[in-house]
Amino acid sequence: MLEYGTHIVAGVTPGKGGTMVHRVPVYDTVQEAKDAISGDASIIFVPAPFAADAAFEALDAGLKTIVIITEHIPVRDAVQVMFRARKEGAVVIGPNTPGILTVGECKLGIMPAHVFKQGAVGLVSRSGTLTYEIANGLSMHGLGQSTCIGLGGDPIVGLSFVDVLKEFEQDEQTKAVALIGEIGGNFEELAAEFIATEGYSKPVVAFVAGRTAPAGKRMGHAGAIIMGSTGTAASKIEAFKKANVPVAEKPGDVVRLLGEKLGR
Amino acid sequence: MKLFEYEAKQIFAKYGVPTPRGFLAKTAKEAREFASLINAPVAVKSQILAAGRAKAGGILFADSPAEAEKAARQLLESEIKGVKVQSVWVEEKLAIKKELYFSITVDRAERCYVAVASAEGGVDIEELAKTSPEKIVKVLVDPVYGFRAYHARQIAKKLGYAESQMTDLASIFLKHYRGAVDFDAELAEMNPLVETTDGKFVAADTRLIIDDNALFRHQEFVSRPMEETELTPQELKAQKSGLAYVKLDGDVGIIGNGAGLVMATLDAIHLYGGRPANFLDVGGGASADMIAVALDIVLSDPNTKVVFINILGGITRCDEVANGILEAQKRVGVTKPMFIRLVGTNEEEGRRILTEAGFHVLDSMEEAAQKTVEIILSGGD
Repeated sequence: MLEYGTHIVAGVTPGKGGTMVHRVPVYDTVQEAKDAISGDASIIFVPAPFAADAAFEALDAGLKTIVIITEHIPVRDAVQVMFRARKEGAVVIGPNTPGILTVGECKLGIMPAHVFKQGAVGLVSRSGTLTYEIANGLSMHGLGQSTCIGLGGDPIVGLSFVDVLKEFEQDEQTKAVALIGEIGGNFEELAAEFIATEGYSKPVVAFVAGRTAPAGKRMGHAGAIIMGSTGTAASKIEAFKKANVPVAEKPGDVVRLLGEKLGR
Repeated sequence: MKLFEYEAKQIFAKYGVPTPRGFLAKTAKEAREFASLINAPVAVKSQILAAGRAKAGGILFADSPAEAEKAARQLLESEIKGVKVQSVWVEEKLAIKKELYFSITVDRAERCYVAVASAEGGVDIEELAKTSPEKIVKVLVDPVYGFRAYHARQIAKKLGYAESQMTDLASIFLKHYRGAVDFDAELAEMNPLVETTDGKFVAADTRLIIDDNALFRHQEFVSRPMEETELTPQELKAQKSGLAYVKLDGDVGIIGNGAGLVMATLDAIHLYGGRPANFLDVGGGASADMIAVALDIVLSDPNTKVVFINILGGITRCDEVANGILEAQKRVGVTKPMFIRLVGTNEEEGRRILTEAGFHVLDSMEEAAQKTVEIILSGGD
């Protein structure tokens, strides 16, 4: 992250206060860090059993953007974190996310920098490596990215597709959006409904992973599960089609469809 | 983690939820003894994790201990929904007046738990939600003050109950909720929750699925009886190794890094006319050993005819992956045709290692998927 140019001003690791890592001072508590240095976001790599605690600590210290990389946080804990975050007017990205990256400016996460090139495509995804796959394809065909956000693979996450679509609509750098979904939940359906009813001023192209996933089985991500008939890829694809959002059949097609939309 | 009906019932009974008097029988003789103890008509229920037991003949009724023995013998020797029945729950048969539904589950869009209830239980709640959504009552659970007595009463009233029945029912909802929370339930369901002919409420069937991510704080479940055929040998090995693996019914073995990428790989294989044999996500930053274990698992599946490894390395190092493949070669031998797509961190080194070992490495996911399927379709080797 430092290599990318992100201003990491402090580290927090209980018991390691007073040390330095890559010339960044480490503190025992978030409050101490905040008292010493001003900062406005937190990125959490704390192991699952303690991650919610770390998120609460960050929220308590008044940080308004929290990226939670950690996977396997219990649902019960995540519910509490999201509730508190909303109350504090804070944004949570994740958990179980590769983070957020604004090309050429800042990276709060673990995304491999080299696949991203500066451009106008906003990328929002529930996945990690699939996102890099698509970003890679976009970059190779001259369709650079503005900002890339990983919502996270868990069932309870902070930002939704709708939240990010709203952000991208206001973002001058973003001229088109690639939305990468997968089975489970209804965030894609809600996004399609949002686009259909409110209208969206920028072209959106979607991809939904898991067309061939069997029902009732968790496909890696805790949130990637078809419960009964809820959360199927078919339902999401159908919803996008109704909203006139083209859906790519394979990751490579996202590039082609976006290119078409952008007249390239 | 799905619990058996008897486990769920034992848990909820501790919280004060009325359940029918019942016992777990592993043999037909035990079933007979328990039926004798109950001294009334019984239901003999296969203890399997799949839903839809009743329709598949997994629940039988018996009016006498002799009949119970016969019913148990029949079920214990059978497979219901593809699963060998290892035990049966022998419980007192209820005199049913009405079947209700109540569950605590997660509402992802609202980011909180939700209580779901209906006066039409005993059926597939999803079907009901589609055909008659007005018959379903939903109350979101506030993350701070939770599901409270007044919520429970409101629901009981909406289901059509009054006076003491309303308060009885509400009390059961509340107890069920407490059990659900304490056990980190992904789903805690009573379906049906029966209103008996004498106006009492009894949970005739209960389901409890514990959030896998919360198991670290439920140590008592770390070693519990697993359904024998619930996990295939490959799934068992994958679980022990911490790999995300799902057995499918095709013949193209698939390994990748990242759940979304692997799902997309499965989809691509299917798009080109192939059938995936499995889903396997090695996760981020996998070691050579993990890769070797993953490849071993996929190759050990007799259905696997060809393997496709799709790696886009961020924190995953391509040279580590390459070494893992060589390690698998050493340990078990790579006996099937394999297509490797390797791109990302240390890709040059990774490719070099593999090419020198005689493996062909591609850099396009689509091309690799196509070539993989071509091999199968051409019947070649």
